[in-house]
Amino acid sequence: MKIRAQIGKVLNLDKCIGCHTCSVTCKNVWTSRDGVEYAWFNNVETKPGIGYPKNWEDQSKWNGGWERTKSGTLQPKQGSKWRILAKIFGNPDLPEIDDYYEPFDFDYDNLKSAPEMEAFPTARPRSKITGERIEKIEWGPNWEEILGGEFEKRSKDTNFEGVQKEIYGEYENTFMMYLPRLCEHCLNPSCTASCPSGAIYKREEDGIVLIDQEQCRGWRMCVSGCPYKKIYYNWATGKSEKCTFCYPRIESGSPTVCSETCVGRIRYLGVILYDADRIHEAANSADPKDLYRAQLDLFLDPNDPSIRRQALADGVSEDWLEAATRSPVWKMAVDWKVAFPLHPEYRTLPMVWYVPPLSPIQNASEKSLIDMDREIPDVRSLRIPVRYLANMLTAGDEQPIVTALERMLAMRVFMRAKTVEGVVDESIAERVGLTAETIDEMYRIMALADYDDRFVIPTTHRENVEDAHFLRGGCGFTDGNACSTGISQGSLFGGGARQLAIPEDGR
Amino acid sequence: MHEFLFGIYPYICLSVLLVGSIVRYERDPFTWKSSSSQLLRRKQLIAGSVMFHVGVLIVFFGHLVGLLTPIEIFDILGIGHSFKQILAIVVGGLAGILALAGGLMLLHRRLSDPRIRRTSSFADIGILVLLVVQLILGLGTIFISVQHLEGGQMVAFMAWSLGIFTFDFNAASYIATAHPIFKIHIFLGLTIFLLFPFTRLVHMLSAPVGYIFRPGYQIVRSRRNVATVESNRGAGRQG
Repeated sequence: MKIRAQIGKVLNLDKCIGCHTCSVTCKNVWTSRDGVEYAWFNNVETKPGIGYPKNWEDQSKWNGGWERTKSGTLQPKQGSKWRILAKIFGNPDLPEIDDYYEPFDFDYDNLKSAPEMEAFPTARPRSKITGERIEKIEWGPNWEEILGGEFEKRSKDTNFEGVQKEIYGEYENTFMMYLPRLCEHCLNPSCTASCPSGAIYKREEDGIVLIDQEQCRGWRMCVSGCPYKKIYYNWATGKSEKCTFCYPRIESGSPTVCSETCVGRIRYLGVILYDADRIHEAANSADPKDLYRAQLDLFLDPNDPSIRRQALADGVSEDWLEAATRSPVWKMAVDWKVAFPLHPEYRTLPMVWYVPPLSPIQNASEKSLIDMDREIPDVRSLRIPVRYLANMLTAGDEQPIVTALERMLAMRVFMRAKTVEGVVDESIAERVGLTAETIDEMYRIMALADYDDRFVIPTTHRENVEDAHFLRGGCGFTDGNACSTGISQGSLFGGGARQLAIPEDGR
Repeated sequence: MHEFLFGIYPYICLSVLLVGSIVRYERDPFTWKSSSSQLLRRKQLIAGSVMFHVGVLIVFFGHLVGLLTPIEIFDILGIGHSFKQILAIVVGGLAGILALAGGLMLLHRRLSDPRIRRTSSFADIGILVLLVVQLILGLGTIFISVQHLEGGQMVAFMAWSLGIFTFDFNAASYIATAHPIFKIHIFLGLTIFLLFPFTRLVHMLSAPVGYIFRPGYQIVRSRRNVATVESNRGAGRQG
């Protein structure tokens, strides 16, 4: 056993209001630059929908993630190492920028500089790549917002597999949910595996997956290798970029920008201990439906003294272990089993987990049920089909989703009884395999979600890895030019060669 | 002039190639990349790029082996000069046509597609033009070569290139009588070496063959187990 720690994340979809604050703050911090205008390290999709980039979940098209071959070995779905190298001159699995969207801006200046004319001046769109006029914007990062567009197109959503989807196109039966997405910082990342340069790596101390920008050569295999399409090729710098999990913030104990600014308080960050030696075995489970369980089995109980001893021996520090015992991620994923990995069937063992959303009772006739005191409604009568959620979160296994939804409903019923009637009804908790005490804690963590309960992030122990004496006179973040400002105005080696065609005030 | 172009210029070019590449790799590793434009436009890229690269690789290694292997080795192996020349003409010709077709596709794409044109630097377009011209010149030499298949001219070029690498100061004189198209081809080839460190061509030095030999698929970096002083040598680098 080799114990490592990772800062994991849970998103409580039941509380996501789809405000996109996470996306916007992330963009302002990380991707408001040339070459990654089209990239959203964090984006929020409305489901059902094909998402961003188009149909990203359809791995029969994009070949992302891993596959288990007939002989039982695990290899990237886009091919073994030889196959990946053979595609290096032209990658057939790489999305084109139009699959995301052609980045655009508007001629705002025209609003004030237009001459007097009969029609009101307008700000027309312009491509951020070529600087040319775009007559009509055909697609954008959030084109399907709140079920925008025809059901016919949105129903290409692969999570409809095994669902009689036609009826959900009808107005009376329609359903929707939000899905905020970011890099999953997987235990078994297929981007890392696909990178021929070896520029992508997972950090041992906190599990964050990063791209070494100086080692990246722009072979772009990671873009196609990632099944979540969360690696973006920066067309201006020729390097791939991805969500950094805001590692400078995490290292100092602060939550990521998306988590910090989440209005609905749906995001949780906490330490998860896992057994690094069994990653491959777990990712290679024969039945995709076993992958969720297999990943849960990798997580180690920080309250177990033998685990603690081993973790300390493997270099996990005492305060990280302490944080692990208070980890909201551990509680939701392991203790209460209400959080699930996104598409475990990709075999990447993702570390950003999701609490499935509740939804209104579908039929009016059954509505009376929910009014009945202390009755937990049948989760199969909820508007969002359980199978749809299962396809998204458990490779199609409905039972864990049913249990989670029942527990969340039970929490509501229990708390209503407690706060409205002043009755603590243990039987409600027992019916879903919990205790009154656990439900109280669930309520505190999931419903109240105080800042200190959501984010339990131990700081990185830099003192173990750096000797500040040797850092004196050093510089912060540069693009490799030692003590320069990081901005190369002119360079023999092609720095600043690509100038955007748009004038400065239009950018 | 001949003495300068083929006796001294090669050393200038090779020195700049070597030192320039080292300096760029050391000082500006962020700029070391393939500069793929596939994301912006897939059309013409896959076919053009595959044909171009495969063709150029065959041509490149053909030149490398053909020019820098001492002629005695061919003699020992019993490969006749004439046979070697015909082999070079056939394989090099086919690969050259493949590369040229791909290169023209890429050039057309680079110049005519607004997305690619607008995001190309002067060096991007310039080096592609030079490579296409070089391919045309290289294919052009075939018409001269087929007129004398005994291999004597080829042996002279081998002597010259070996002479350059063995610091033979008479090297330039070996090819003094060569047809001008060969001379232009060689001059342009040397010029491409000269420009190499300043263009995207550097990506060929980091061709990821090591990927095949990487143990397993995953990479985990640790800062913990690195000796403190060691880690601070590269403190600016992540990892």
